[in-house]
Amino acid sequence: MHEGGFFYQAFVYLSAAVVAVPIAKRLGLGSVLGYLIAGVLIGPFVFGFIGEEGQDVMHFAEFGVVMMLFLVGLELQPSLLWKMRAPILGLGGLQVLVTAIIITVIVLIVSSLAWQTALAIGLTLALSSTAIVLQTLNEKGLLKSEGGQNAFSVLLFQDIAVIPILAILPLLAVKEVHHTGGHESHTLIENLPIIWQTLIVFGVIVSIIVAGRYLISPAFRLIAQTGLRELFTAAALLLVIGITLLMTQVGLSPALGTFLAGVVLAQSEYRHELETDIEPFKGLLLGLFFIAVGASIDFQLIIQNPGLIAMIVLGLVVIKLIILIVIGRLFGMKMDNNLLFAFGLAQGGEFAFVLFSYALQNGVIENNTANPLIAAVAISMALTPLLMVLNEKLIQPYFGTKEVSDREADVIDEKNQVIIAGFGRYGSTIGRFLQANGTQATYLDINPNNVDLLRKLGFKVFYGDASRHDLLHAAGAAEAKLLIIAVDDPDKAFEIVETAQKHFPNLEIISRSINWYNHYDMMDRNIQGVYREFFDSALRMAADALSFLGYRSYQVQRALKKFRRYDEKYLFKLAESRHERKTFIKTGRQFIEDLEKMILDDIENEAKDKDLGWDTTTIIEEFAPFVRKLKEESAKE
Amino acid sequence: MKVLVLFAHPAFHKSRINKILVDGISHIEGVTFHDLYEHYPEFDIDIQKEQDLLSKHDCVIFQHPFFWYSTPAILKEWQDLVLEHGWAFGSQGNALKGKLFFCALTTGGPQQAYQIGSFHNHTINQLLSPLRQTAILCKMVPLPPFVVHGTHAIEPDEVLDHKNDYFKILKLIINNEFDSEKAVKLNYLNDYLKMEEK
Repeated sequence: MHEGGFFYQAFVYLSAAVVAVPIAKRLGLGSVLGYLIAGVLIGPFVFGFIGEEGQDVMHFAEFGVVMMLFLVGLELQPSLLWKMRAPILGLGGLQVLVTAIIITVIVLIVSSLAWQTALAIGLTLALSSTAIVLQTLNEKGLLKSEGGQNAFSVLLFQDIAVIPILAILPLLAVKEVHHTGGHESHTLIENLPIIWQTLIVFGVIVSIIVAGRYLISPAFRLIAQTGLRELFTAAALLLVIGITLLMTQVGLSPALGTFLAGVVLAQSEYRHELETDIEPFKGLLLGLFFIAVGASIDFQLIIQNPGLIAMIVLGLVVIKLIILIVIGRLFGMKMDNNLLFAFGLAQGGEFAFVLFSYALQNGVIENNTANPLIAAVAISMALTPLLMVLNEKLIQPYFGTKEVSDREADVIDEKNQVIIAGFGRYGSTIGRFLQANGTQATYLDINPNNVDLLRKLGFKVFYGDASRHDLLHAAGAAEAKLLIIAVDDPDKAFEIVETAQKHFPNLEIISRSINWYNHYDMMDRNIQGVYREFFDSALRMAADALSFLGYRSYQVQRALKKFRRYDEKYLFKLAESRHERKTFIKTGRQFIEDLEKMILDDIENEAKDKDLGWDTTTIIEEFAPFVRKLKEESAKE
Repeated sequence: MKVLVLFAHPAFHKSRINKILVDGISHIEGVTFHDLYEHYPEFDIDIQKEQDLLSKHDCVIFQHPFFWYSTPAILKEWQDLVLEHGWAFGSQGNALKGKLFFCALTTGGPQQAYQIGSFHNHTINQLLSPLRQTAILCKMVPLPPFVVHGTHAIEPDEVLDHKNDYFKILKLIINNEFDSEKAVKLNYLNDYLKMEEK
């Protein structure tokens, strides 16, 4: 390691990220470009804080891509994936095939390379960067648009296509190499007959699906029951790493395996929680990955051949752009989505680094051919966020933007308008009532046993901590109308209010309050409604007590409502006066004082049954003489 | 015949007259006494239950104090909800066909106050015409009202006399000794017994 080991390196990477990313975001360039710039800055060619080990870091950080696909899978219901089979195979297949052929032909025309080398280059450059595209689209909230979905389909196909490409490359060798065993191809099953390999690969895929469906949920339930949050995080990481190892052993793409696991788990009650746990790791590793890409751009090489590299980058981007636009058109994409799709995918991908080095090992390509190409791919990746900004700011506005609003409506479609945080005895009553009236809410609960039970009863409850903004986000808080807080922990309830107000200012909030101070705090937050958890049931019980004593139920009912109205008014007054007393101390004495004040006020003032409309006392006083007179008169007649 | 008394008094705990009138009424065989405010303090009237009750009886009585020339609020809510189209009225609505209907009311003013040109300027029957027409639309047989007048200045003995009359009429109806064709010609159902005596 460069100077001082791990902590030094971590310090350099993290400070580069912390400085560069906010600046890039502020400039509207997105975080990906920020990371890339940070990488360039700390790389060997600018400040030189890190040296050639950038390559190793990149290898490690590629794990971020694996995690990202796991998260993408979690967002994707199997039924949705099935619906996407046409774009994945059609759009993806066509893109890879056409791009590979055209690039191969062009390479053959402009250079004197062997056809095998040209084909390897064509296949490798046909692939785009999953990491950069998905991250950028996600950040812009465009992943669920038509263009975004199609881009995703193509990337998914490319992930699958890597496997046969890796298999073909050794066959394209133009010179003998001594096989020292490149680690990419070193799998447990490579010495088995092809039929066994195929069977094992299928077996692994099926076992991931089966385990995801039947084993993982109960396992997570057990882990969640321990109540140790970090254990859950550890389990989530273990899951992703385990799948990665397994896939590598059988020679499949780890990203593909975790994606599959993600899809299987998309219906699990732990979906939101898994998302929340993996998200920060993904974010950090992807950031690291982008930094590493930035740092690995070989400026020495670029300075030596600026014309050549520029030509390759330009050619790569333009060729891919044209092919993508044509294919997008073919598949009936509207112009704005097509542009998003094309500009998004018009770059080389991180697979190129792997494939070129694999091709080098297998004698398919020469060092002096591969290096400029690798540099060009890195540059094209770095250009992508910039191209997308360009598209968004300059090109897109010229084409009908009205489709954008259609697209947004689609996104909202998937989420519920109401989120209920806390689905215990309190929240489940709310949920049942809403459901009975045709309103489906998204339910979140932090108690795994409860989640388990309610799931058995047919409620789709998600396990997770609603005070975390990322979980709220995953539950659709950005699009929802109303957040109902029904948790029984006052601090947690207040935390949720704070988080929700901070991150989702448009979300209306109503909350259960657990005690006097909790209630005051919530009122200070100006949320749309605060409900003292036991107040209404205590009042109903008190009302029934009156009924047992022989009071008329209608009289009791009116008394109840009157008392509640009065009490709530008084509580509001108390909350206000509490503010005037700046030195207010939260003590039990204050509570008792407040309560005393309320009771005394009850005795002095109202809350007594008057119901004047039905009281005939004054009417009789006034009219009885008149009635009597009339009666006497008629008696005389 | 079976009699259903739909009783509505929002402040029964303050009642003087109706308290006496309904005392013991539920002990009369053939009478179902249904206290609406006690049953539905939150006005959440159970339509199905009310219709079932109506179907089981042959005579329906609205018993209530006369509030603002009409019934207390819950009886209006009851009509609005229970008397459904296709059940109580309309070409398919025959559930109440032929049942007797009348109001048993208490009112502070004496009968003389309920005359054209007098204090209220209308007769009780004029003021009750919406209810009477409701009964007609529901294919019921509307009878004149049973009225306890002058409750603002009434002696307990007088109330008891009224109660006796009221119970006697109920028993006649239950025992099928009641002639509704004669009754419809009266102004007040209170006069039925006197008419019979003659």
